[in-house]
Amino acid sequence: MASQETIHVAEPRGSLLNDPKVRGLIFQVVVGAALVLLVWWIVGNTIENLRRANISSGFGFLAGRAGFDIAQTPIDYSSNSSFGRAILVGLVNTIIVAVSGIATATIIGFLVGIGRLSRNWLVARICTVYVEVFRNIPPLLVIFFWYFGVISVLPAPRDSIELGLGTYINSRGFFMPKAVWGEGAWLIAVAFVLAIAMTWFVARKARQRQMATGQQFPVVRTAIGLIVGLPVLAFLVTGLPVTFEVPQLSTFNIRGGWTVKPEFLSLYLALSFYTASFIAEIVRAGILGVSKGQSEASFALGLRQGQALRLVIVPQAMRIVIPPLTSQYLNLTKNSSLAVAIGYPDLVAVGQTTMNQTGQAVEVVAIWMIVYLGLSLTTSVFMNWFNARMALVER
Amino acid sequence: MQEHDLAFVRAEMVIAQAPPRGETGLVHWLRKNLFATPLDTVLTILALLFIAWSVPPLIEWAFINAQWTGTDRSACATVAQGGNQPNGWTGACWAFVNAKFEQFMVGRYPIGERWRVYLTGFLFAALLIPLLIPRAPYKALNAILFFGVFPIVAFLLLVGGFFGLSYVPTTRWGGLLVTLVLSFVGIAISLPAGIVLALGRRSNMPVVKMLCVIFIETIRGVPLVTVLFMASVMLPLFLPPGTTFDKFLRALIGVAMFASAYMAEVVRGGLQAIPKGQYEGADSLGLSYWQKMGLIVLPQALKLVIPGIVNTFIGLFKDTSLVYIIGMFDLLGIVRQNFSDANWASAQTPMSGLLFAGFVFWMFCFGMSRYSMFMERRLNTGHRS
Repeated sequence: MASQETIHVAEPRGSLLNDPKVRGLIFQVVVGAALVLLVWWIVGNTIENLRRANISSGFGFLAGRAGFDIAQTPIDYSSNSSFGRAILVGLVNTIIVAVSGIATATIIGFLVGIGRLSRNWLVARICTVYVEVFRNIPPLLVIFFWYFGVISVLPAPRDSIELGLGTYINSRGFFMPKAVWGEGAWLIAVAFVLAIAMTWFVARKARQRQMATGQQFPVVRTAIGLIVGLPVLAFLVTGLPVTFEVPQLSTFNIRGGWTVKPEFLSLYLALSFYTASFIAEIVRAGILGVSKGQSEASFALGLRQGQALRLVIVPQAMRIVIPPLTSQYLNLTKNSSLAVAIGYPDLVAVGQTTMNQTGQAVEVVAIWMIVYLGLSLTTSVFMNWFNARMALVER
Repeated sequence: MQEHDLAFVRAEMVIAQAPPRGETGLVHWLRKNLFATPLDTVLTILALLFIAWSVPPLIEWAFINAQWTGTDRSACATVAQGGNQPNGWTGACWAFVNAKFEQFMVGRYPIGERWRVYLTGFLFAALLIPLLIPRAPYKALNAILFFGVFPIVAFLLLVGGFFGLSYVPTTRWGGLLVTLVLSFVGIAISLPAGIVLALGRRSNMPVVKMLCVIFIETIRGVPLVTVLFMASVMLPLFLPPGTTFDKFLRALIGVAMFASAYMAEVVRGGLQAIPKGQYEGADSLGLSYWQKMGLIVLPQALKLVIPGIVNTFIGLFKDTSLVYIIGMFDLLGIVRQNFSDANWASAQTPMSGLLFAGFVFWMFCFGMSRYSMFMERRLNTGHRS
């Protein structure tokens, strides 16, 4: 610093060892050297161990024939596909269960979190019991509960429970009608995307007009009309190209339709219910975190209950809610690795099979770590961007 | 001032009148809490329907129809399934839990040696309970006994091989014993390790800081299952050829590493919440780094993050159940393993076993969270209103 240079300092008293900078430097050099030695020792041992076990290192094994079947294959896969393809199937399965779990957990979590704050004594109690039960038991136990306790003791296929609209549930899973896309059905998807784009455009214009003139435009009603109306219109115009293949009950199994396997169902339900209890607590804390003056002020301005919630309280609560919500989403994604305990073929389960067949433990663990770190980073980057948009803009 | 001829001055207080009818009592409470608005009424009716739909069948299943005694699966299976119960019967099979209770507690620990586990459990409870009661005397001695002496005694008792106690390999441990040992050691390692990692992450030394950040973020970014696989599959590879390494110890290392990373982030939150003036004040008093941290910063920071620390403990306790995936049998694992016992397999066994395991886990976790709330109130020295 400049001021120090101008002052003449006499001989420094005491040894150099008492200078924090020197001490810090020495300490870091020691730590760094110890780490390098440790890594060198570990790498040496690993190479020696792998040489003895006759395992060649490297990712070359990924191209080899996998030779095992996977129960749920969202993308093309057979036992003749490569290990790399198998791991990709596992990754897609992980993403499927994580995304569907996140969506359901968010809905249940918000409902229960708001329910706990309800003035209705009974509703608040039920929500509290839900949160306190699910927060305090291991997620693996919840998975087992659904898998062994509920789904595996459901009736056999011939006594399937019919849930209406052509859906059945039995010990082999959940069966529902499958949509068969005929010719021209792609137009419906196009109409849907178009509707979303138009909604976005309308919302933007309406906002600009409200900013400029103060006039409001019924955005929500327009959006519902567009998003529901356009695809239905496309459906009618193209001549009803979608038919439904209804599952058929036979003596030993259900044929046709779309099957949700018990493994997926258990994992999905367990992750949703378990994570929802945490999300409920986050939502409750978020709403309680908005000071009472905010709602009183909005009532004083003449806003109705719904408007006050939508325009004043929820936007502020979201600021408190989003960061912990992100980490719950990541937790759910990571907890989906518990799939391995019931045999849902996610990334970890497929990786474990690969590990057992090839012995490439180091490589498989490395793939797991890279993929999960990648998923974590992607989610947190997205949520940070979202958070920055929502954050308080101080003028 | 004017003078008045006062005709009447009240000498005693008016007797308080009863509140208006409908403002007190059960009817008012019901009106206010259950039927305030039409929406509230609808919600109440829905909630009542839900309770009527869920609670009586549950009570009937768990208590009224439950089978409490029995020696094998015939007690819990219907006639059609080869048992004694009438067809269509459903009820909890507590006989299964009853028969397997000891196994759920200690796993396959040799029957003649089980007194060692129970003695350890008794010592654990006898030392822990006075430690948790704020008014109990001799806190320092108690803490030394609990954190210093008890682990050694417990190790000697459980592992054996000394003083005429036979050696019990960890492969025979199981049940609640494994859950509690993993949690206790995990907690005992993760708190100090987490504090060191958090201090390292806030250190001025770039090398130390970088190492701590890499460790914390890597561990926090991956699921515990992969950390456990790493500990169980890769640790043996890292060691010189021929070294054997106890599987239990490997799981323990995995769990402790995982919890340390989470603990570090909790502690860091506390360190960041301490005003800068506290650090500077300590510096200006001439305290060394460790004095500053140990005497000024950490006591305040840790107190702030008690809820977070206990949440991490609860998470760790729940996470110990994942060791089942690498082939060890903690409480949940051993319950799961017993589903496939042909002597007891029935439609009701899994649900009964899981409810029992869930209840044990729930008691420990709920107890911890309530105790942390109590400590939070007690330690609140009123800095925050």
